[in-house]
Amino acid sequence: MLIDLRRKGFMSALFASAAFAFPSLAQAQSVNLYTAREPALIKPVIEAFAKETGIKVNVVFAQNGLEERIAAEGVNSPADLLMTVDVSKLVQAAEMGITQKISSPVIEAAVPPAYRDADGQWFASTLRARVIYASKDRVKDQTITYEELADPKWRGRICIRDGQNAYNTSLFAAGIARMGQPKADEWLKSVKANLAKKPSGGDRDVAKDIASGQCDIGFGNTYYIGLMLNREPERKPWAEAVRVIYPTFAGGGTHVNISGFALAKHAPNRAEAIKLAEWLVSDQAQGLYARQNYEHPVRAGIPLDPTVEAFGTMTPDSTPLVDIAKNRRAASEMVDRVGFNNGPGA
Amino acid sequence: MTIATGQRRETGGAFRWSARFTAWDAAAAAVAGLVLLPILVVAAIGLGGSLDLAGHTTRYILPAALLETGLLVMGVVALSVLIGVGAGWLVAIYRFPGRDVLGWALILPFAIPTYISAYAYVEALDYFGPVQGLLRLGFGFASRRDYWFPEIRSMPGAIVVYALVLYPYIYIASRAAFSLQGAQMIDAARSLGCSRLSALRRVVLPAVIPMLAAGATLVVLETLNDIGASQYLGINTLTVAVYATWLSKGDLAGASQIALVTLAAIFALLWLERRALRNRQTRIASRGYRPVSAPRLSGWRGIGAMLAVSLPVLLGFVLPFGSLLQHAIRQLANDGLAQDLIQALGNSLLAATLATLVVLGLALLLAFAGRFTRLQRIRTANRLAGLGYALPGTVLVIGLLPALGFVDWLANGLIIALGLPRAGLILSGSIAAIVLAYTIRFLAIGLEQVEAGLATISRNTDFAAHTLGCPERPLAWRILAPALKPVAAGAAILIFVDCLKELPATLLLRPLNFETLATQLYGHASRGSFEDGAVAALLIVLAGLAPLVILNRMMQR
Repeated sequence: MLIDLRRKGFMSALFASAAFAFPSLAQAQSVNLYTAREPALIKPVIEAFAKETGIKVNVVFAQNGLEERIAAEGVNSPADLLMTVDVSKLVQAAEMGITQKISSPVIEAAVPPAYRDADGQWFASTLRARVIYASKDRVKDQTITYEELADPKWRGRICIRDGQNAYNTSLFAAGIARMGQPKADEWLKSVKANLAKKPSGGDRDVAKDIASGQCDIGFGNTYYIGLMLNREPERKPWAEAVRVIYPTFAGGGTHVNISGFALAKHAPNRAEAIKLAEWLVSDQAQGLYARQNYEHPVRAGIPLDPTVEAFGTMTPDSTPLVDIAKNRRAASEMVDRVGFNNGPGA
Repeated sequence: MTIATGQRRETGGAFRWSARFTAWDAAAAAVAGLVLLPILVVAAIGLGGSLDLAGHTTRYILPAALLETGLLVMGVVALSVLIGVGAGWLVAIYRFPGRDVLGWALILPFAIPTYISAYAYVEALDYFGPVQGLLRLGFGFASRRDYWFPEIRSMPGAIVVYALVLYPYIYIASRAAFSLQGAQMIDAARSLGCSRLSALRRVVLPAVIPMLAAGATLVVLETLNDIGASQYLGINTLTVAVYATWLSKGDLAGASQIALVTLAAIFALLWLERRALRNRQTRIASRGYRPVSAPRLSGWRGIGAMLAVSLPVLLGFVLPFGSLLQHAIRQLANDGLAQDLIQALGNSLLAATLATLVVLGLALLLAFAGRFTRLQRIRTANRLAGLGYALPGTVLVIGLLPALGFVDWLANGLIIALGLPRAGLILSGSIAAIVLAYTIRFLAIGLEQVEAGLATISRNTDFAAHTLGCPERPLAWRILAPALKPVAAGAAILIFVDCLKELPATLLLRPLNFETLATQLYGHASRGSFEDGAVAALLIVLAGLAPLVILNRMMQR
């Protein structure tokens, strides 16, 4: 009986690995997408692309580690296009040598120079602003600077997710670029002292904690508010309790990070991959991003979703994205040094 | 998985040394090498990296992470032991209303992955959840600041969440231990004038400690392996630190160094466990022993026992399962059953089944190798082959990716040298990679069970077969393997459920367009909209429940 089972298991293993062994031998006119962007989010964009061009998109999604996977797969990698979130990851992918240059007038026309690599190794597809969620009832300020969050008047009133999360380290990295390391340390220490509780949860939980009265103000990305207001009925009250303020650095603008893409170095379907990349910054795809996920399109002239429009006008900070990527490690170490994740009073 | 742990050392006979290298040696060495491979790769990455950050890591990251991990692990073990031993004791020794159903239901939380439970708990106990809602309604509070309520996203919250899904490891072990020997020992102790409770404390507990320790070890390893729940609940464990160093600092070498510290701590723990228990044996009670009295608890004591045993079932299973069910029904009503979910279910079952078969096959092979050769070096190799279970999934992937890539590179080099076209990836990004990862991670479960089961079969069987001229192979397959069927089935179930729940390795090793239930759920959860993954989560739990029911029937036999 057991022998029998084992033999069957072995046969089906053989069969299964035969079916899956050669992902790079997929049919012609297809493109292999390694994405750190959530499947539900990019699905409409990809489906529209497949419909328009007849090119099939094969997907593998993981938030982290895709770069290491591409590197490990090396010259045999089936990866064509890498889509990810956070400029640091794109810069790192280029540094790891797993990307190659895209020269496409279409993409260069759509993506402003500030939001792409000077050598064409990576490009932004959307902008994601790190903003302030403020209690509609308990916060009267209409404008605020990131620096002011260190003010003792916020003692016990701020909420935030894990300080090591990329959304936060990228903001802190921009802070280092703006203020210099020693001042940034002081700033983060004061923000930590102002926290209402130990960092945890996600950005939505920040809105929830404000709605419940645990804190008055917190950090979050804009699109979560759009999602909660329009698509998540049970979380609508959380978003309704907060107001979005576009904070700025003193003498600067609002911190934005990007989502973006890069062409894999050994892309077997290079032409199709570039087609997909061009599609990602097309009017149609950019409009989908704005409406589906409430992000800021990278391409000029694409209307924002009315929910986001209502937040006011956002002026992105001028700190170059590469400086943010450069300071990321310093920012992460600063989080450790300050003991940010231990919460207030620890 | 530890029902029979500790009995292994029962079969007497010293292990011996022999210079002859046999096929058994080759098999044992190959499997141990396979399991050690990712560990060695991680070590190489860690040691190859600059130690610049070591100052930062040792100063700012490790102390905090070690402290939080230590607190979490100790809390979870203490609470799991309290629940598991308490429930195991009541169910094994007493009769009270609802005992049969509850004794069975107590293992159900095992089917719930920690991260699912964490989400459900935050939802239930947070401000907008039903509990606080009722409080506000009842007392007329207007805001969270008007009253005190325990924070679920905290260390105590995390301890409770983890213990409520991990206690079955202790419960299964302690119930089996108590029912095997508890009654007999208690009868003996009582005949000497002990009360039942003091018999528990003075006679039974010390005797079953090896089995409990093995269960506790699993609780520790499961706690360390988790990343989803601890990150969400804001607990900065060593595994979270590995992640943060890898991702936030872009420092894979530094992450590997922290992973090595974690592994060192785990190995120290395993070594201490073995050492401390070396001379403590769980004696198997004589089969067929019937206790003099199976005391019936009646009246308020019966009700009390029933309530006490219901509590872990309610909190560990009914609450998270109910929350899942509610979301799943809503989602099904809105969107129907998505086609890709059925596909994902198929993929999950396929990968878990393949891995279970491979693990069982290897476990039998290694166990027979140990039994037939009685060589110390094979015994050592088998212990090494069990180390994969101590490897957090994230660390396993870090180690496995370069190894798989290297094998593919070699294979393609060979293929091209033969004048054939490049084949591309063969192992990486195929289902074989996932099965390999599951095998490395869960081989320990199969091995422990099969070895323990084998140990209960007297060696006289082997000698008799030998005398009758029956060689090793037919002895193994025709005589020993069939006798191991129940044990192998029990192990298979545990491995299968663990494979279904596994996330980090599946996520990074899976082929293009290949989703399992766990990766589907992750796709939704990583967007922060956990409830959209409710159907996938429910299917994981349901697919894990069926085998648990079978396991329970076997336990009762």
